[in-house]
Amino acid sequence: MILVADQLAIGYRGKRVGDGIDLDIRESEVLCLLGPNGGGKTTLMKTLLGLLPALAGTVKLDGEDIAHFSRARLARLVGYVPQAGTAFFPFTVMDVVLMGRAAHIGLFASPGHRDVAAADAALTSLGIVHLRERVYTEISGGERQLVLIARALAQEPRLLVMDEPTASLDFGNQLRVLDHIVALARRGMAVVLSTHDPDHVFLCGDRAALLRGGRIVALGPPAEVMTPEALGALYGVAVEVVALPDHATFTAVPARGRERR
Amino acid sequence: MRRGAARDLGLPFAFLLLLCIGAFAVGKFPVSPHDLFAVLWAKLSGGASGVAPAIDAVVWNIRLPRIAAAVLVGASLAGAGSTYQGLFRNPLVSPDILGVAAGAGLGAVLGIFLSLPILAIELLAFAGGLGAVAVVYLIGAAMTGRDPILVLVLAGVAMGTLLGAAIALVKVFADPYNQLPAITFWLLGSLTSVTLPDLGAALPAILIGLAPLYLLRWRMNVMSLGDEEAKSLGVETGLLRVLFIAGATLVTSASVSISGIIGWIGLVIPHIARLAVGPEFSRLLPASMLMGAAYLLAVDTLARTMATIEIPIGVLTAFIGAPFFLWLLASSRRGWQ
Repeated sequence: MILVADQLAIGYRGKRVGDGIDLDIRESEVLCLLGPNGGGKTTLMKTLLGLLPALAGTVKLDGEDIAHFSRARLARLVGYVPQAGTAFFPFTVMDVVLMGRAAHIGLFASPGHRDVAAADAALTSLGIVHLRERVYTEISGGERQLVLIARALAQEPRLLVMDEPTASLDFGNQLRVLDHIVALARRGMAVVLSTHDPDHVFLCGDRAALLRGGRIVALGPPAEVMTPEALGALYGVAVEVVALPDHATFTAVPARGRERR
Repeated sequence: MRRGAARDLGLPFAFLLLLCIGAFAVGKFPVSPHDLFAVLWAKLSGGASGVAPAIDAVVWNIRLPRIAAAVLVGASLAGAGSTYQGLFRNPLVSPDILGVAAGAGLGAVLGIFLSLPILAIELLAFAGGLGAVAVVYLIGAAMTGRDPILVLVLAGVAMGTLLGAAIALVKVFADPYNQLPAITFWLLGSLTSVTLPDLGAALPAILIGLAPLYLLRWRMNVMSLGDEEAKSLGVETGLLRVLFIAGATLVTSASVSISGIIGWIGLVIPHIARLAVGPEFSRLLPASMLMGAAYLLAVDTLARTMATIEIPIGVLTAFIGAPFFLWLLASSRRGWQ
């Protein structure tokens, strides 16, 4: 068990978004957060990252409350992969990935050979070492997403928190990113990701947490908790979940002939 | 960190050196490079220079303070500008974004209005700049739960407007024959009356302010990703932001206190430097400072030689800087995205 959230209340000062959240995340596991806009996915992830303080309850990493962690210590355990597209200055890909080493480098120091090696290893594991000297603002959206994952890997964390890693990517890049996520988990990484696509949960999730109104309404293996009834209630639309027999996966499609509400 | 840093900086440094020699040469009393080196050598070796005493006086008492001031102020404003642009992730940010210039301006204008001695005017300008930023920062710190960078910038804009109004009010009450021209001249920036003791007083503050910018130069890259990403990468952004703002503000206030308000350098020069060496702050900071020094020295030399009367330097930097900035904006997006 890497991370345990216990009776967690999340939100901003003066605005509680959700409470009563119990969650645990294990090694080699992909946990997907699924839910409607405003359901509390982002707020929950920010709380797990220590960007927002818990309003009640605790988030514990290896049994210790993260409220007592320094930023650097937290960053050595938990890596954050934001949505690609927040690029601002035209850093090279190498510069961007090296920034993942900030928690391992002294306050006044610059990255050294070991940090460059770690960054190269992260790029290599994602198969994008050829992007090394490219300018981050000039590569494609899918490549940027991979670079941000590489940056988080260079952090050498044990848990990755990914904010809609497949958002605004084309179909091929979505599948590529999902493949990489599954591969990372097979190598021992714990992954928490949010998504708007139930099919992606079926493709990569070991467990799914359905979030609505700031509460976890269901938690478990996707095939068990992502029933037509549960997804229908989650999003307020009629849904059918169809097994794809030859693919060992499911897909969620609109229900035919039924209109909910 | 990277190879090529020396090459990146070698060219602007050589250019700056040539400009300095040129700036010594031109003016009402031309000083040939030969005479200049004779004077410098005489000072170093303790011997006689063999040039006319008048030329010796021009070099030491007129040209040197002015050239040193141009180099120092230009480097300071450009260095502070590149810091603020990275910190606030906004290429339209300049050293006066948090009300530094307006605060320093009000301090100096009050000093002139109260007929205080020059040193007191400089101190007031310095205190005004630091005070304005401190107030802006406290306002930002009090408004938690919102994007801290946005709050700071907006509070800075409001503070700048408020201080601008206060400056206008003092100008209304100022004596139109004695004080108003001095105030106007100061608000447009000038290196005319800078003396070596002035520079000596400002230099420690500038060096102290530059220290955190230089020491934390790599962390600035991470800060430019924005507050949440930087935090998630393990950076204590609150502490670092204070250090960067304090350092850049100290540098700006100290240079404004000796030169008056010189606009556009801190805005335009970091752009050019970013085009030349990229956004990586370890290279951007020294490149910005060298280019800022060269630019202000060139402009100041023009200001004192191109017409019989001296042109306020802020007017020239705006005349050159604004069209150049627009051209940059229209022709290239490589400096930012």
